[in-house]
Amino acid sequence: MTSPWNDFKNSDVILNMGGNTAENHPISMKWIMKAKEERGAKLIVVDPRFTRTAAKADLYVPIRPGTDIVFLGGLIKYIIDNNLYFRDYVINYTDASFLVDPNFKLPDELDGVFSGYDEKKRSYDRSTWKFQLDESGIPKKDETLQDPRCVFQLLKKHFSRYTIDVVSNITGAPKDKIEEAYRIIASTGKPDKTCSISYAMGWTQHTVGSQNIRAFAIIQLLLGNIGMAGGGFMAQRGESNVQGSTDEGLLFHILTGYNPTPVASDVDLKTYIEKYTPKTKEPKSLNWLANRPKYIVSYLKALYGDKATKDNDFCYSYLPKREDGKNYSWLYLFDDMYKGNIKGFFAWGQNPACSGGNSIKTRQALAKLDWLVCVNLWDNETASFWKGPGMDPKKIKTEVFFLPAASSVEKEGSITNSSRLLQWRYKAVNPPGKCMPDAEIINELYFRVKKLYEKEKGAFPEPIIHLTWNYGEKDKNGKIKHFDIHKVAKEMNGYFTEDIAVHPIDKKSYKKGQQVPSFVLLRDDGSTACGNWLLCGSYTDAGNMMARRGKEDPTGLGLYSNWAWAWPLNRRIVYNRASVDPQGNPWDPKRAVIKWDAVNNRWVGDVPDGPQPPLAMEGGKLPFIMKPLGVGAIFGSGLSDGPFPTHYEPLECPFQENPLYKKHRINPTVKLFETESDVFVYCDTRYPYVGTTYRVTEHWQTGVMTRHKDWLLEMEPQIFAEIDPVLAKEKGIKSGDKVIVSSARGKIWAIAIVTPRLQPIKVMGQTIHIVGLPWHYGWRWPKDGSGGDSANILTPSVGDANVMTPESKAFMVNIEKA
Amino acid sequence: MARKGLLITPDICIGCRACQVACKEWNQLPASKTKNNGTHENPPDLDANNFNRIRFIEHADTKGFRWLFVSHRCMHCGEPACVQICPVGALIKDKETGIVYYDKNICIACHACKPACPFDIPRYDQGGKGKIAKCHLCIDRVRAGLTPACAKTCPTGSIKYGDRDTLIKEAKAKGFKLYGETDFGGLGVVFALKDSPKIYQLAENPRISESVAFWGSVLRTLVGRSSSTTSFIKYLAHKSTEEVKK
Repeated sequence: MTSPWNDFKNSDVILNMGGNTAENHPISMKWIMKAKEERGAKLIVVDPRFTRTAAKADLYVPIRPGTDIVFLGGLIKYIIDNNLYFRDYVINYTDASFLVDPNFKLPDELDGVFSGYDEKKRSYDRSTWKFQLDESGIPKKDETLQDPRCVFQLLKKHFSRYTIDVVSNITGAPKDKIEEAYRIIASTGKPDKTCSISYAMGWTQHTVGSQNIRAFAIIQLLLGNIGMAGGGFMAQRGESNVQGSTDEGLLFHILTGYNPTPVASDVDLKTYIEKYTPKTKEPKSLNWLANRPKYIVSYLKALYGDKATKDNDFCYSYLPKREDGKNYSWLYLFDDMYKGNIKGFFAWGQNPACSGGNSIKTRQALAKLDWLVCVNLWDNETASFWKGPGMDPKKIKTEVFFLPAASSVEKEGSITNSSRLLQWRYKAVNPPGKCMPDAEIINELYFRVKKLYEKEKGAFPEPIIHLTWNYGEKDKNGKIKHFDIHKVAKEMNGYFTEDIAVHPIDKKSYKKGQQVPSFVLLRDDGSTACGNWLLCGSYTDAGNMMARRGKEDPTGLGLYSNWAWAWPLNRRIVYNRASVDPQGNPWDPKRAVIKWDAVNNRWVGDVPDGPQPPLAMEGGKLPFIMKPLGVGAIFGSGLSDGPFPTHYEPLECPFQENPLYKKHRINPTVKLFETESDVFVYCDTRYPYVGTTYRVTEHWQTGVMTRHKDWLLEMEPQIFAEIDPVLAKEKGIKSGDKVIVSSARGKIWAIAIVTPRLQPIKVMGQTIHIVGLPWHYGWRWPKDGSGGDSANILTPSVGDANVMTPESKAFMVNIEKA
Repeated sequence: MARKGLLITPDICIGCRACQVACKEWNQLPASKTKNNGTHENPPDLDANNFNRIRFIEHADTKGFRWLFVSHRCMHCGEPACVQICPVGALIKDKETGIVYYDKNICIACHACKPACPFDIPRYDQGGKGKIAKCHLCIDRVRAGLTPACAKTCPTGSIKYGDRDTLIKEAKAKGFKLYGETDFGGLGVVFALKDSPKIYQLAENPRISESVAFWGSVLRTLVGRSSSTTSFIKYLAHKSTEEVKK
């Protein structure tokens, strides 16, 4: 999220779309209800179902799953046509005025694809997706926003067909509600009005997921909300520490701090740095990632300490390399596993047998492994996959190990929430039996693997045996006696590896071993070690910043800057340089996030996005410091499926064609897997209803923890299927009846809940019914099977074109009374 | 000490049911094995292990569709019928706070309190055959200067605990209609509503039968007599039930 949770209370309008915040992040409602009560804020919910969030909304708009871009495209058109965009913000802080290459073409000109599409490869050559440059190498601009080649005019042209009639026809939403939603959201284009967007998997779990997000990013930039109080881009993250996990590089494509993992052709550090360090010719752009060399070198120094020197590229060659062009994300991983290409697998704190799309494919894939290690609190459908429904243990050769883990209250450490806030937690109780904290399990594994490498040598032992691993006092064998999580945290923050007499940045002197107080002081010459540059400043010589509990709130905006610690540098609202005009005066003085104090030549308020003066002054900088051009990108040339979001139907949809582009029904760059288990259908009378999956407050994820908690299971004991009263009548289904829900991939039973909170919707002349199920259940517990099995038995193994998030929010099903 | 109470505002309740769980956690009440009966409401009723639950009400009218989440629990009446009818004084109205609590050691499981209650709240342990069980407004927490578990956990402040007078004044200032301000000596649990009680499925004209007071005094007189056996008291209590129900 760009802002803290409390920031919802500062909004004038809150849109909850592609998410269900009351049910899945109930504490957010504390702040949203405050906004409603104290500032008369309006809550709008756009959702296929009338949810517990909708129950508190001022406006609820029903929508067909998978048509978010149609709705949002219509909103973009509405904002532009009615001149409701925040002009000064758009011209100064976005690329709206930039001129695009004359060879760039929009889908309307090419039957549904942008210029550069290769039909055979199902991918784009993006060389036309660029700006026209002037002599100094920076984009040519038209600040009147009239030039037909400027981003603004291209955006307008691209969404010109998304009229309210078209939006209603494709989404099934009523016209008056669409218009009312647009009117309310677009009213925040004024400098003193802000809208925050709260969203989650309802947007990301689609083959067009990344573009769903981009669509609202464009809207927030047009309305000038980013960086403002109450103008947050609020991604509601799903696990308590998933933010921490991505910050620490648990995904295949990133190291800590979102530095990219190298590929094989990144043969040395020089090549890596050259390739991944963005350059810019725009003098007013801070281009913060130009500092990447400091972060990668400091990371290597943290890993390998004194062994990492300038002469050996700081042990860069020890980093594992990906194969060029190969994708190792979840769906690819399980496809490879299904094909028998993976020998061993750690299912660490996860339950893939229930959590990934196409559970049957996943469960069959697990059966192909030689060995499986499950680290979890309870036995689950993954650890026991071999005795699950449809499995014959006699035919399965997988050796399964179970390592019992400690829960979050049984160990000390930090958890990073959606708002980038790292809150340190103490240990409340000891773990039961032999359960161990994950860090200690990893420590054990590391030591034993290291010993094996030292004894038996092997292909490439150095990357393991040369790790510093200074996480506690070591015994005579080099094994850590007591794993100290504080030492991990301190290494994440970083320290000086040698004395520095005069630091070039702040002119101060530092001693070897001192903690680095801020990432601006990290160096690329090996004099600093830092496990994660984003966390630099979280654990300094002043102490553990994450453990602070100060309740002061001088701005009144709910920043609470002395409560715990947020990255980066304890900045609470990021991109806050966009909250002021080029002179440094807040667009909205009543909710000033930062303000330029001309007398003392400094910013006051939240930590500014760089101490440099306001844009219009000498040395001033543009607000979007992570982008090479320094401005917010409306033209998203970095995406694999287009610089502007475009509506394509979900892989499984009720229609033969995409109503906007007959030639391209689905996202033209989506990866289609090809095993016999990767079946999908569309416009198929056997599966005529739109299925979708979601969560409830009472359970969490695949339910491994919550199905074992009696008080929670008591409230929601069984998998249910919500359907509208018309469909129920057609099928002779009453609330409480057992039903069978099936898709092209599998079928499950559920208990029917017939509810007017779902209504049939009219889409392109057809009546569409939605069938919705939670995915919290699994056959392993309750033991008698009364809970049901995972809704992912129904979902397809297909994902977003950019990042492969599985499309669990829109697929086709049938439902019958059992 | 001023009379204590809860202010419950269904329109800011998000139906998260943290209050259901907090109550069970504080009172160490076990969970029951439940089925999905075609709604999200579970457990389907109050019982000896469920002192408060949220009712999920789907309501459609000319104003549109609403999904209301309404707490179902003891109202802590100012003139509690259960206290009036209880033969042995197991049900007690706390002098200081007005909380209606009970002592299971005194309860003789005669079940006279259930039909007497205008809101049908009392439930009994031992599968419904035993002693009284209901919300006691966390009187143990209150006496220690703490907030009742449900109010403490509620994320939106839909359940608020405090001095009854203050809660009522604040709710009125915000323009809410109050349910329970004056009924039965004023309810300890006051609901702040935006519409008529019927929409929230709150009893519109709750009544205490006139015979409650009569039977209460009869039963207590008999208890005072050493010749009265518990089973005789219970028999008469059941008789009173029929009368009260009429």
